[in-house]
Amino acid sequence: MNEIFGTLGLQNTSFIFQLLIVLVKIAVVIAVTMLHVAYATYFERKVIGHMQVRLGPMRVGPHGLLQPIADGVKLFFKEDIIPTAADKTIFQIAPLVAVFATLSSLAVIPFFETFYIANINVGILYLFAMSSLGAYSIIMSGWSSNSKYSFLGGLRSSAQVVSYEIAMAFSLVSIMLMAGSLNLVEIVQAQQQYWYGMYLFPQIVAYVVFMIAAFAETNRTPFDLPEAESELVAGYFVEYSGMRFALFFLGEYIGMIVMSSLAVVCFWGGWTIPPILTQLFPFLSNIPGIFWFIIKVYFHIFLFYWVRATLPRYRYDKLMALGWKILIPVALGNLVVTSIIKYIF
Amino acid sequence: MSVKRDLKTKLLTINMGPQHPATHGVLRLVLELDGETVVNCKPYVGYLHRGTEKLGENRTYPMALPLTDRLDYVSSMANNIGFCVAVERLLGIEVPERAKYIRTIMAELTRIANHIVWIATHALDIGAMTVFLYSMRDREWILELYEMACGARLTVTYPRIGGVRADVDQEFLDHCYKFTEEFPKRVEQYETLIDQNRIWLQRTKGIGVLTAEEAINLGLTGPTLRGSGVPYDVRKFAPYDAYDKVEFEVPVGKVGDVYDRYRCRMEEFRQSNSIIRQCLEKMPSGYVLAADAPGYDMAAGPRKKPAQPSAPKAEGAADTPQPPANQPAEQGPAFEEIYVATEVPKGELGFYFVSDGTGKPYRMRIRAPSFVHASALPKMCEGSLVADVIANIGTIDIVLGECDR
Repeated sequence: MNEIFGTLGLQNTSFIFQLLIVLVKIAVVIAVTMLHVAYATYFERKVIGHMQVRLGPMRVGPHGLLQPIADGVKLFFKEDIIPTAADKTIFQIAPLVAVFATLSSLAVIPFFETFYIANINVGILYLFAMSSLGAYSIIMSGWSSNSKYSFLGGLRSSAQVVSYEIAMAFSLVSIMLMAGSLNLVEIVQAQQQYWYGMYLFPQIVAYVVFMIAAFAETNRTPFDLPEAESELVAGYFVEYSGMRFALFFLGEYIGMIVMSSLAVVCFWGGWTIPPILTQLFPFLSNIPGIFWFIIKVYFHIFLFYWVRATLPRYRYDKLMALGWKILIPVALGNLVVTSIIKYIF
Repeated sequence: MSVKRDLKTKLLTINMGPQHPATHGVLRLVLELDGETVVNCKPYVGYLHRGTEKLGENRTYPMALPLTDRLDYVSSMANNIGFCVAVERLLGIEVPERAKYIRTIMAELTRIANHIVWIATHALDIGAMTVFLYSMRDREWILELYEMACGARLTVTYPRIGGVRADVDQEFLDHCYKFTEEFPKRVEQYETLIDQNRIWLQRTKGIGVLTAEEAINLGLTGPTLRGSGVPYDVRKFAPYDAYDKVEFEVPVGKVGDVYDRYRCRMEEFRQSNSIIRQCLEKMPSGYVLAADAPGYDMAAGPRKKPAQPSAPKAEGAADTPQPPANQPAEQGPAFEEIYVATEVPKGELGFYFVSDGTGKPYRMRIRAPSFVHASALPKMCEGSLVADVIANIGTIDIVLGECDR
């Protein structure tokens, strides 16, 4: 390989080679994620459809399999409307920020043992940073649309994200304590010390807090107040149309994947399976890790859909009360208990 | 919480409606918000005004009947019956027994269908999406029953002044019976989805509270009033059709909040179901249209009772009921003012007629429960949160077609 680059007159070939690999990885991750998002909408509509005694999309292609593509094409060719009163620059940037923040979160997720774009030592912090960045897109779009409904949606979201991020951070701090690292790959490997191979059981409280906060972070039911369909029509993106609207949608679904992946990595042992299983059934170790990872992520995504089909929407003040009065104290208590146990043993 | 005086703040005025997914049509609420709290709430109506009352004055009574379908398009059958009961009392027409029972069945089916639409939209507004589809599935069943009886599904115009348009067949009765057997289980399904749900309780308990006194003063009727603990029901207090021959309870609430009104309507599902059941069991045979039912062109002049009352002409008529030949009334009604109320699913639907002796009403006034209920919104919403406005609109069960007439 070096010779090929050499003949092309390139020095420092290993660096370029590395760069190429990273670029290919990025391309693969983005491509897979985009395709996945398209079919996550299909999956959602099918799952919720069957939960609601109907079939979901059935018309486009066999069992509606081409529906996401039709939707994508429709959104792509729709007229892009910018309200005259809107702040144009911010209005245009906001959806990009939404997608950028969630897409770049994917960079640190270890899909399996050797496949990650970046294996950095502050993985969890980076994820936090990126997910809070997502709130900016909501505030920006809410503000710049110059519409009262989007404005209310934007304000609700900023309050929501600020309160739930704390609970989420505290729930993950106990994971950091358990693993002694912020590196996601190391967190997964640390979970192999248990025979059940996951932090789910010792950290069940943190897991519950994390999942509730994840629902709030991704603005999914029952915490979909910023876009509360019935009150605020569509909330912060009420003025968006066409591809810009699709970008918000994309952001939400990638956010769901990121949160599910984070839950899988931190609580479900990532791409690994419980060691007890590989001891009992040695053939299981031949199955690539990505398989387990995807199954676990899809379980969580299914959970998102399931909850959406089941629960009504929280009211704004109750949501705040839940975040500040219940989740944060519980997460803090869990953190204290974890630290004490860690210190003693 | 103290507010800094030198900080200049302004209330945020938002227009909720007329185009809004949760205002159940074209209701427009002008809300003044202080943050998320509603300081002022003003309902504006009239976006769906079609001049039904005026149109009624230009038509004979039978011709005005289809207009009533379009009032509360969710429960058109009940409006038809309300209109017919009023006109029958004005004209002094005696309805055959069988028609009374059929109408009662239809009215109660309509009540169930209406409450289904109510629970569907109410729950959807609060965010519980699945209830919507479960209940709409069952509404389809009722619409099919309508179709079986009269061919139409939404704007039925099935009742006639003096009875109903056509007799129902055994197939309808069998299907109806099957429905009454199955439906209580469906109600349980809806309840499983939301009844004990903590979020649902948080969203409905203590929201939009109206005391009994306030509710009466606002002129509320129907389940919206009964939720506040007032057992007023036209079916009990001034029975029409076959309501005096069936047994049923009038469910009432205690607190008068959204949850109580929700419970009231869920209970009404069961009561209506039992009424249908009783009607099916007691269903007499006979004619379904009075002999002196007016034709489409009613003449002027004071009305006289026909010499031959609408009794069956032969002994064996009960076995093979043959509708008597329709004898168009030669004369219109007497000079009279009349107000007749019926209990439609939304509340008390009243028809007020001023008759000048012709076949057309001099004045037709409709007391629409939705219109009265809309006026309760400021009372319920002010001081609550934006999200509660949605819950309150849902709980008064408003249909703008009826409200704006």
